[in-house]
Amino acid sequence: MFWDFDYFVELFLAGLTRGSIYALIALGYTMVYGIIQLINFAHGEIYMIGAFTALIVTGVLTLMGWNSVAILFIAAAVALIYSAAYGYTLEKIAYKPLRKAPRLSALISAIGMSLFLQNYVLLAQTSDFLPFPALIPDFKWLEPWEHIVRSSQVVIFSTTAIVMVLLTFLIKFTRTGKAMRAVSQDKEMAMLVGIDVNRVISVTFIVGSTTAAIGGVLIASHIGQINFYIGFIAGIKAFVAAVLGGIGSIPGAVLGSLVLGWTESFFTGYISSDYEDVFAFLFLVFILIFRPSGILGRSESEKV
Amino acid sequence: MINLAEIKKSFLISLWFVFLTFPIMVIRVNTIYDRVEWRWENMLFVGVGSFFFSFIWRYLLRRKELGSKNSQAEETQDRMTLNQRIMGDRRIYLPLLAAILVFAAAYPFVFSMYQTNIMINALIYIMLGLGINIVVGLAGLLDLGYVAFYAVGAYTYALLNYHFGLGFWLALPMGAAMGALFGILLGYPVLRLRGDYLAIVTLGFGEIIRLVLENWNQFSFGPSGIANIPRPSLPGIKMNLEQSTIFIYFLMIVLVIFTIFVVNRLKDSRIGRAWIALREDEVACQAMGIDRTKTKLTAFALGATWAGMAGVLFAAKTTFINPASFTIWESINILCIVVLGGMGSIVGVIFGALVLILLPEYLRAFSEYRMLLFGFILVTMMVFRPGGIISEVRRTYKFKGLNE
Repeated sequence: MFWDFDYFVELFLAGLTRGSIYALIALGYTMVYGIIQLINFAHGEIYMIGAFTALIVTGVLTLMGWNSVAILFIAAAVALIYSAAYGYTLEKIAYKPLRKAPRLSALISAIGMSLFLQNYVLLAQTSDFLPFPALIPDFKWLEPWEHIVRSSQVVIFSTTAIVMVLLTFLIKFTRTGKAMRAVSQDKEMAMLVGIDVNRVISVTFIVGSTTAAIGGVLIASHIGQINFYIGFIAGIKAFVAAVLGGIGSIPGAVLGSLVLGWTESFFTGYISSDYEDVFAFLFLVFILIFRPSGILGRSESEKV
Repeated sequence: MINLAEIKKSFLISLWFVFLTFPIMVIRVNTIYDRVEWRWENMLFVGVGSFFFSFIWRYLLRRKELGSKNSQAEETQDRMTLNQRIMGDRRIYLPLLAAILVFAAAYPFVFSMYQTNIMINALIYIMLGLGINIVVGLAGLLDLGYVAFYAVGAYTYALLNYHFGLGFWLALPMGAAMGALFGILLGYPVLRLRGDYLAIVTLGFGEIIRLVLENWNQFSFGPSGIANIPRPSLPGIKMNLEQSTIFIYFLMIVLVIFTIFVVNRLKDSRIGRAWIALREDEVACQAMGIDRTKTKLTAFALGATWAGMAGVLFAAKTTFINPASFTIWESINILCIVVLGGMGSIVGVIFGALVLILLPEYLRAFSEYRMLLFGFILVTMMVFRPGGIISEVRRTYKFKGLNE
């Protein structure tokens, strides 16, 4: 039968899963771009390092005979801490000295950092795909729908939703969030009213890296394997999503990610899976040509 | 200069890096066999390495800050770099040029075939570097999909030869033309984007070309590529492998000299100055009546032309091509050449290509660290010396007698 409702729902949920992960990564892109107008090319690598750290912790703890739910929480916590630390250090080394330099320099530095981190993991670990143990337990109450939705997907949707709510709260209602918004509007003015701009930028990198790491751990245990290269393509796609939604806008990043996730999922499900990545890139080209400010972004004109 | 506070600072930094690299450097988990490998010795390397490296880092940062202050203070004083002094004096640079030419001419006869092959490779990269230099160095447009035009050139030759038996000499201009055509096709819609968006779109375009070549089996024979591409030849002369390698070598030398000549002339032409003006300030440039789209488009098309030509040569040299040679990392490789050598500077690009292509060949032991090194170079060059090793000589006009 051509029109299969179960198949449609399956694709819809797969798209939602993808979209959620893209959203977790895209948030970091959008926040960093909002504050220092830099495409943090190495952001995908932070996501990959998060997944790898989780894998390593899991491996060690499994051998010590811990139970899987405890491992999940400890591995996720360690991965978050390390990703945040990497994000923080990355900014200090590669971007901070270039804050007053032309944007091209910072972008090249970011590409260099991405290349460096990828090869660092490749050399220190392995180039092979490593199986990632399924840490998320199967839920009993999900059994009737098991053929359509997996419990790891449910965990992904709900975690993403919680992260979104927390992040919105952080930005809208806390002092740090207020400082972030101020810095993104006008860095010098923010400095004049007594905001420690360097600290705000560091916090932004830490928050962005943490959400990326959450995405890394979740997708790794959902798909079940990782290697050093997963960060690059995921990073690019999350960037596409962030641009689609309007870079710099947080609800935009989420919306863009979901749209990209669904279109990719339906495209591969109904048309062809060979050109999946081509499709994402074409999507990007078309958005940038026809609506560079994205769905929710404001268009701004260049001023002298 | 090295006092207790500095040592303490470096010590803390090294502790931080030991912590940071702990899981990835020390532990290696094999999830298939459930085995864990602990490599404690790496911890020591990281600690000691980052301890000393942090000194160097801070020293370089301080020197850079000092340098920028000095140059602000002594704007009027003309400080000649080594490069400027050599290029400015005919008595030095003419003999130097002659020596380089003699060396280049003697190279394939003095060294082995293997060495000549490596040199041909380096020469192809010089050509690519000079081509991307037009786009990135002169016009200031970051192109991360440059390798796509290289692929277009290579596939133009391979496919025309496969289907129509077209020879190398006809394919060379056609590859260049196809490169330019694709440059215009891509450039036209995307060039109104700002710098960093442009970088991502060109990256996307590069990947699209590669993925299409990989998946469209009827057209490009997919991942298995095209083999048995003929080497270049002269009519009526049969060449064995060694002779044809030497022939390609000299062909490359001639083409590189041609490229240097053209790029050098372009740089000082009306359009070249428009590129540089556009790089410095787009808005001011438009206000002076320079057509932004047209100027950018010519830069893109001309850059792509060289890539197309280099692609034909690459196909002719290796006699086999497949999409795996044209990944995004190749683009970044070429970008790295320009960044290391000096954006906009011809001598710099040649230097960068020779260092980055020849060095990994001779330091085989380090070849797996090559990409790591490239990443490191990109970051450190941008932080400490954004102009590159041999930076471009800026054209300056001085009014004599103004300060006297």
